[in-house]
Amino acid sequence: MTSLTSPTPTDRPAPTDADRIARLRDAAYRIRRYALDMGEVQGQGYIGQALGVADVLAVLFGDVLRFRPHDPEWPQRDRFLLSIGHYAIAAYAAFAEAGIIPAEELETYGSDDSRLPMSAMASYTPGMEISGGSLGHGLGVATGMALGLRHLGNPARVVNLLSDGELDEGSTWEAAMSCAHHGLSNVLAVVDVNGLQADGPTAGVLRIDPLEDKWRAFGWAVRRVDGNDVAALVAAADELTADPTAPSVLLCDTRPGRGVPMLETREKAHFLRVEEHEWQTARDQLLAGDITTSTPIGERSPTIQEGHTR
Amino acid sequence: MTTAAPKKRLTTSAMIASFADADQRTTPAPFGHALAALAEERPEIVGLSADLAKYTDMHVFRSAHPDRFFQMGMAEQVLLGAAAGMAEVGLVPFASTYSVFATRRAYDFLCLDIAEPGLNVNVVGGLPGLTTGYGPSHQATEDLAILRGCPNLTIVDPCDSVDIEAAVPALAEHDGPTYLRLLRGSVPTVLDEYDYRFELGKAAELRTGRDVLLISTGLMTMRALQAAARLEADHVDVAVLHVPTIKPLDREAIVRAARSDRLVLTCENHTVVGGLGEAVATSLALAGVATRFGQIGLPDEFLAAGALPTLHDRYGLSTDAVVARIKAELDDRAPWPADPSPPSA
Repeated sequence: MTSLTSPTPTDRPAPTDADRIARLRDAAYRIRRYALDMGEVQGQGYIGQALGVADVLAVLFGDVLRFRPHDPEWPQRDRFLLSIGHYAIAAYAAFAEAGIIPAEELETYGSDDSRLPMSAMASYTPGMEISGGSLGHGLGVATGMALGLRHLGNPARVVNLLSDGELDEGSTWEAAMSCAHHGLSNVLAVVDVNGLQADGPTAGVLRIDPLEDKWRAFGWAVRRVDGNDVAALVAAADELTADPTAPSVLLCDTRPGRGVPMLETREKAHFLRVEEHEWQTARDQLLAGDITTSTPIGERSPTIQEGHTR
Repeated sequence: MTTAAPKKRLTTSAMIASFADADQRTTPAPFGHALAALAEERPEIVGLSADLAKYTDMHVFRSAHPDRFFQMGMAEQVLLGAAAGMAEVGLVPFASTYSVFATRRAYDFLCLDIAEPGLNVNVVGGLPGLTTGYGPSHQATEDLAILRGCPNLTIVDPCDSVDIEAAVPALAEHDGPTYLRLLRGSVPTVLDEYDYRFELGKAAELRTGRDVLLISTGLMTMRALQAAARLEADHVDVAVLHVPTIKPLDREAIVRAARSDRLVLTCENHTVVGGLGEAVATSLALAGVATRFGQIGLPDEFLAAGALPTLHDRYGLSTDAVVARIKAELDDRAPWPADPSPPSA
């Protein structure tokens, strides 16, 4: 989809892939920065996951999803389903980056009467399509939305962000089988494969390998990429969304804490602990880091205002 | 190999059995026909089933509107999750399976995907209570107990084909999640003999009586009416208040009817735990109505397999059992069976 209110693409030079990737890396930087700010407000939050999934969200909201930031009920919008409710902190950061909620509102994160509760719920937040939290629900609802949209002749796509831990749930595989059976090429599942779940490393809690083979055997088109490599994410998303004939899954290997070396190297835990005095250090490390871009924050491009190219 | 004389088969514990009496008027597949007819007027109606279309009368809808029926396979979690997704994009789904699977297996999906967002999804559960002799795997004896605690959910337990035919459009019209206890196959047709019209959320007095008040729901309203007719011969005057909507409960009508010196008995095709009986008891206690009260319902047990008539007799749901229970209650005026022993001096 082209930009909705800004000049049409013919009025300006077509963006190069390099421009596109630089823009998305900038977005990922801001998503991380927003997440750190929110984490500091509450002194907690799933900050490890937020930093790890920031590049994925930057690509989804900046390059894949069609939506109108100021019209979250637009019937033709692509549906973004966050079944992993504890990733709310990351989703709010992405929503702010996409202009769906004002960035100033992020400081209310987790506070009483805020629209931004710590676990994502549809009734609280514009743009939040479903209430997550009880894992294994997103892909089933996505199945019904995709069936319904197709039935209604609506070309919108359904994108479900899952975690690798969520693949423990049998309901996820009921839905995976159903999507393939019904030929739901309008479904894109994106799995944050960070190798962690509540009781420890996924490999020790409940083995999910061979991950690609499983999805393939269930009838899905599969791509597996480094989920912290924006260029790789863009290329894989382009491939999967070009002309899908089956449901697609993008398996994204991510590193919790990515972008903040102090946190990225900390012992991996589902709930990454950050001390009160560490938040500023984390922001400093994020700014100093060159994993996203070397451009200092003050010179970064403004937040995307209205839609974007798919 | 010699051929033995065929034994007469008296009973069956088959999954699909009828609870209709031999000489009873019935209507075939009232749910399926009502849904198919409604769908003619409302294009947003869709049907889903989890490999049980044929056994929940959904096959009638499937034949009439094949492009609006979605087979979800034997996968009840995605059945209800997908129904929610369809409602999210503007469709009005009716999703059918057996009650045990909708409530026990897929409750989290009914609760969080459908009820919490308040979606217009209509869950249709076959074989409610004791309507199969197949044993506990298929007998949804506690579905109301599971679902009554679920906020937002409207729960309907129809008596017969008349109730079902009126309930289907009412549930579709109701802008919120519902659960219908399905009576399938050849369903008794009873309530057209009464001055009665199904109204969502409303109880209705089907007959008046001075001695006993039966507050009944589901197929037990049919049994209550039969018991009342039978007791006329013994000069026992029995009123029947039919409560097809379990939630929201018509507390006003219930309390108004119970505020008398009549014996009050609830009748339900459900365990005595957490169903109509306890809901009525709570309403009466909260309203300060201290009348003589008892429950007719299934015991708090996993039930046996067997033929439905055998089981309805054994567990107290048959008309004979209801009549016997009312007589026993009337003969045993004091003390209440539920009374604790009097304190010792």
